[in-house]
Amino acid sequence: MPDFCGIELEHPVINASGTFDAIAARRIYGDALLADFPFSAFVSKTITLESRTGNEPQRIWETPAGMINSIGLPNKGLGGFLAEDLPQLAQLPVPLIVSVMATNHENFARLVSELGSRDEVAAIELNVSCPNVHSGLIVGEQPGETESLLESLRPLSGKPLIVKLTPNVAAPAEVAAAAEQGGADAVSLINTLKASAIDPATGEPGIRAGQGGLSGPAVRPVAVAQVRAVAAAVSIPIVGMGGISSGADGLEFLRAGASLVAVGTESFRDPRAGSRVAGAIAAALQTGQGGAPIGNPA
Amino acid sequence: MTAPFGRRLCEVSESRVSGGYRLFSLLDRDGPQPLPGQFYMLASERHWEQSGQRPYLPRALSVAEMRPAAGGVQLDFLIEGIGPGTDRLCELEPGENVWLNGPLGNSFTTPRELHQLLRSAEGEVDAVRPVGAILVGGGIGIAPLALLRRTFAAKNIPTRVLLGFRDAAHSGGLDDLFSCCEVRLASDDGHAGHRGFVTDLLAAMLAGDDAGSAAVYSCGPPQMLEAVGAMCVEAGVACELAMESPMACGYGACFGCAVPKPGGGYLRLCVDGPVVRPDQVELAHA
Repeated sequence: MPDFCGIELEHPVINASGTFDAIAARRIYGDALLADFPFSAFVSKTITLESRTGNEPQRIWETPAGMINSIGLPNKGLGGFLAEDLPQLAQLPVPLIVSVMATNHENFARLVSELGSRDEVAAIELNVSCPNVHSGLIVGEQPGETESLLESLRPLSGKPLIVKLTPNVAAPAEVAAAAEQGGADAVSLINTLKASAIDPATGEPGIRAGQGGLSGPAVRPVAVAQVRAVAAAVSIPIVGMGGISSGADGLEFLRAGASLVAVGTESFRDPRAGSRVAGAIAAALQTGQGGAPIGNPA
Repeated sequence: MTAPFGRRLCEVSESRVSGGYRLFSLLDRDGPQPLPGQFYMLASERHWEQSGQRPYLPRALSVAEMRPAAGGVQLDFLIEGIGPGTDRLCELEPGENVWLNGPLGNSFTTPRELHQLLRSAEGEVDAVRPVGAILVGGGIGIAPLALLRRTFAAKNIPTRVLLGFRDAAHSGGLDDLFSCCEVRLASDDGHAGHRGFVTDLLAAMLAGDDAGSAAVYSCGPPQMLEAVGAMCVEAGVACELAMESPMACGYGACFGCAVPKPGGGYLRLCVDGPVVRPDQVELAHA
């Protein structure tokens, strides 16, 4: 049974933020969702201080072995989340990790201290793939910005702080090390890769915003390389993700240095993908295959 | 009735040409009977991701017909090959397996309920008259109207069916799904029925003296839905539209299927639809 930053989990598979809406899923599938919850912890969609409606469609675009999305973080804002969503998420049979994003330290601080004070919240994930309005720099692309954000947030909550790393940097390990230095309890990676596709029918970008983030099996080798690099640079636990679709994929990330893995886009294709991946990992570890050398499948 | 949690493999029992489209049937051993307007996410078990690693995501298809069968529910889907996903589904052969997730989304309401909703929204408290239904389908969008027509027939709701197609190559499903009943046709090229849009037929019907006692149900291309919605709003006729939007998951997870709401913000078509009233969406973007 994995221990992640002091949180006991049933298995090493959680969800990637923004790829599973447990409240909508419960409405559709009923209490079967709770009896057979696919993840050992639930990571919420990113919430911001104020509500957001999200981006104008078209928001998604299928690509080779994956998809591009530019959703725009639609959410009810902190107040709406606390009033409407948190009571429902508290009914899930697993610990709750809330993902938050802000464009300045003050708003990040409010999110972390308010959520950190709630018993229903086990940990907080910081989505730092956004600009700091004061510097104009994407926090997660700059080791200095990341470290100073963590230093300002660390004293505000005793709850584990997980930094979600962006892959769109030359050296993600440097940002991970800065997060650890600033007091992060864990890092999660990768977020989506910056990507675009042109609609052959119009000659214009398929995504209305012009570009978005690539996910799915197409990004997996990139993610594995970044997890390996980060694992070599930090001693805090790593949540590895990026195109995990099977138990074998999950094992690949565990062997690359991740303590937990997250299933994201595969849940769009298979709502129970988390359970499937967790079951296959457990079976492989039990039969000793988990320790086998990694090689290309025959 | 909730959908079974997770996707499941269902065997293709039949697949055949239906005019310019294809019709295939699956035996769903585990699912509840779907309601008209609901949809499923589908992907073939084999050779999905066959060429250029696409298709990757499952495809959303409205159920066209369903009937209880030995060991489950038989589901019929009408499909037109327009890309790697629908092309692959067109190739399905009996005995193959398909991943199925659903039934998903909401469903059409009865004319009486819809009429009541419209009248109460307008602040009127008149006695609700029993009303009939006008179904308006365009192209592959005729699919969900087949199950809707049969559901209304079982409830003794008088129903008129208007269907429009672009041309002979882009039409189908009539003999397989609508052979039982009178259908008024329109086609852009005049190969069947009225030469022109199906909305011409609707306009004539709404101009008739019984229009106020009808509710309109429509599914088809965005421009057609926009026109149908506008005509019904103008005529004060209750209306429901089954819409389509790019959709990765079908169960509220991906937030891809956003449709603008009139006051700002977005619906998620998979969980808030796919059946919407014209006042619930910004039809200029429909």
